[in-house]
Amino acid sequence: MALDPVLLSRLQFALTVGFHYLFPPLTIGLALLMVIMEGTYLRTRDRHYEAMARFWTSILAMIFVMGVASGIVMEFQFGTNWATYSRFVGDVFGPALAAEGILAFFLESVFLGVLVFGWDRVGPRMHFFSTIMVCFGSILSAFWIIVANSWQQTPAGFHLVGEGPLQRAELTDFWAAVFNPSTIHRFLHTLIGAFVAGGFLVVSVCAWYLLKGRHLEFARRGMRLALPFTAIASLGTLISGHPNAQMVATHQPAKLAAFEGVFQTGPAGTPMYLFGIPDTTENRVRYGLAIPRLLSLLVYGDLRTPVQGLDTIPRDEWPPVGLSFQTYHAMVGLGMLLIFLAAYAVIALRRRTLESKRWLLWLLVFAVVPAIVANELGWIAAEVGRQPWVVWGLLRTSQAVSKSVSAEQVLASILAFGAIYLALLVLWLYLLSRKISTGPPAVDVEKSRRPAPAPTSGVVAPGSATGPQR
Amino acid sequence: MELQVFWFATLYVLLAGYLILDGFDLGVGIMHPVARDDRERRILMSSIGPVWDGNEVWLITFGGALFAAFPHAYATAFSGFYSAFILLLFALIGRAISLEFRSKLTSPAARRFFDIVFWAGSALATLLLGVAAGNILQGLPIGPDMEFRGSLRGLLGAYPLSVGLLALALFAMHGCAYLCLKTTGELQQRLARHVWLAYAVFAVLCACTITYTLVALPHIRRSFADRSWLWAVVIVGILAIAAIAPALRYRRYGYAFICSSGTIATLVVLLAAAMYPNLLLSSLDADWNLTIYNASSSERSLRVMQMIALGGMPLVLIYSGFVHWHFRGKVELDKADY
Repeated sequence: MALDPVLLSRLQFALTVGFHYLFPPLTIGLALLMVIMEGTYLRTRDRHYEAMARFWTSILAMIFVMGVASGIVMEFQFGTNWATYSRFVGDVFGPALAAEGILAFFLESVFLGVLVFGWDRVGPRMHFFSTIMVCFGSILSAFWIIVANSWQQTPAGFHLVGEGPLQRAELTDFWAAVFNPSTIHRFLHTLIGAFVAGGFLVVSVCAWYLLKGRHLEFARRGMRLALPFTAIASLGTLISGHPNAQMVATHQPAKLAAFEGVFQTGPAGTPMYLFGIPDTTENRVRYGLAIPRLLSLLVYGDLRTPVQGLDTIPRDEWPPVGLSFQTYHAMVGLGMLLIFLAAYAVIALRRRTLESKRWLLWLLVFAVVPAIVANELGWIAAEVGRQPWVVWGLLRTSQAVSKSVSAEQVLASILAFGAIYLALLVLWLYLLSRKISTGPPAVDVEKSRRPAPAPTSGVVAPGSATGPQR
Repeated sequence: MELQVFWFATLYVLLAGYLILDGFDLGVGIMHPVARDDRERRILMSSIGPVWDGNEVWLITFGGALFAAFPHAYATAFSGFYSAFILLLFALIGRAISLEFRSKLTSPAARRFFDIVFWAGSALATLLLGVAAGNILQGLPIGPDMEFRGSLRGLLGAYPLSVGLLALALFAMHGCAYLCLKTTGELQQRLARHVWLAYAVFAVLCACTITYTLVALPHIRRSFADRSWLWAVVIVGILAIAAIAPALRYRRYGYAFICSSGTIATLVVLLAAAMYPNLLLSSLDADWNLTIYNASSSERSLRVMQMIALGGMPLVLIYSGFVHWHFRGKVELDKADY
């Protein structure tokens, strides 16, 4: 059996970036919530918010290190496995990556040191500033990597120089390249998706404590803070997803056609499939439920303009239709479910019935999993839907691998990454669940670092801080 | 100054920054077995706790800047050194995970395991960095298409391995000097004895490796012969290395650390000067060298990057300098530490 270095490098990239992307959304969402927690503590002097911020700090540190460890792999992998790609795009892609390093990675990594180690070593304002910098750095990091990836999807601000294998893209307009047609849409949508993931993480832990009757003050405050945040963010994914899809229809019609299973460009309004199984031998969607004209309505705002189908695209420029369709639909489906779940839960919270609905709390405990999965599905859809291109319309993925790397080398590294990442994942999950089981320490309201003004959020009697003991 | 020259210099500045900063982190890892009990092991890890992650970013920025400024060199080197880079990644992952997770595990066996991973990851990363530097100086089998034509075994020749050993001694010394600054009591005294040993080994290996370089690599000899001002750099280097001795003798570990940092900087300057204007040397044909001219990005791209760097790096130096300064002083373990 001859090993295909292209397929192996694709698999390795998918594996390593899929693993990596478990962590940044949690980091980004959690960091923002921690800014709110710590800010609330400084404003109200309610020590429960300090306990929350300290507790989540140790969780954040565990998530962040996994993101860093798996992230370096990504930066190196452009060079190790996709050297031809690197030569082609270095002029444009490189500066975005360098900007990410200089402006964002330094900021979040340096201040993370203060955030994690500085609780009792720096003043509260300096510490809060550090939390804000970690949050800001993580968002800025997301921005630059999405700039780079968006340029692959909708290249702009460049021209091609050279011929044949030495052809490369060269920057002509930096801002046009940075703010290419898809950057802002994708940045906002990805960022909000990260808020959903981080939000559901906090909600999940708080729901767990409420179910177990432990750390109730911690859990209630956390839920009051994180649940509305998560509900708004979930709705935000829909609000940001819609113009995103319209942008894809305009600039990457083959991708949108694959997402929606549009094989034929009809004469009139195009239906939208709620689900189905695309069949690329018969060029139709089987076992599907289609709503007439709905796709035209969503893309163009009218019921008659047909959406471009795969029939207008040369066959060798089709993305994998089945995988694109299913991942896109699964992402939207999970996203919708999460919106309804979060909205229902927020209403229950307002009506003070949340804690009595144990079935709802259990759903909230597990909701972090579909939240993370939805984030991953979005990226799979985006990257698979971009195929066969690694730079849309300019360079095919199959032409972009490193010429000096053998298939055997890649097979060895895939197996090694697979084993190590699996072990790391198990270890990480074990340590997280241990930390969550232990929970935050009891808040001693009498002992204070500084004299506190009369608490505004109601007096907490000593002993009730953690609820009934196990 | 031409943009390509600016970026050649900036890359080596980023490299020097990385080696000085992560050099002591890796050195702490190499010296970790000096700790005898759990508390001492935690102290050593906590001595770099707040700063190691920020220090590692210098490597990521170096890689990103290489990609952006000289994409052909990035592509050729990273794909050419494929297996070595994968190993380096595993070493760095091991170092990171063991730092963060080791003390969160309670069983002595688990902690022992991660102590070994911490040491092994730090030592392997250091060795690979040195081997890479040795290969850069020696030259690689690069064809006219800018592609690497060798194998992993070819990268493990005698010369690169000797540079790898030098790197181990250098970072051991550098990390140990740092630890002498950060520890007290019997632990510090034990480390003080080890830093002398590391220093002696380094000084000897340094002299040997420089001699080996000049003897075995004629193109490097020629580089040096053409640039007589390099002798001034060599003198500075010798002085920096020599000054470590009285600093250690009088227990002025701060000065020892500054001198070992200066030593690293000097070695990077010598590396840069030996290579300029080449980025990667082809051992097959000098016409096939990757230079700062044939491997670079466009003028516009280099200029944009220059603005990002000149705007961003001073800020980085200010706030990371502040954080390093704030966490100076002896390690006193509290619940935030590793």
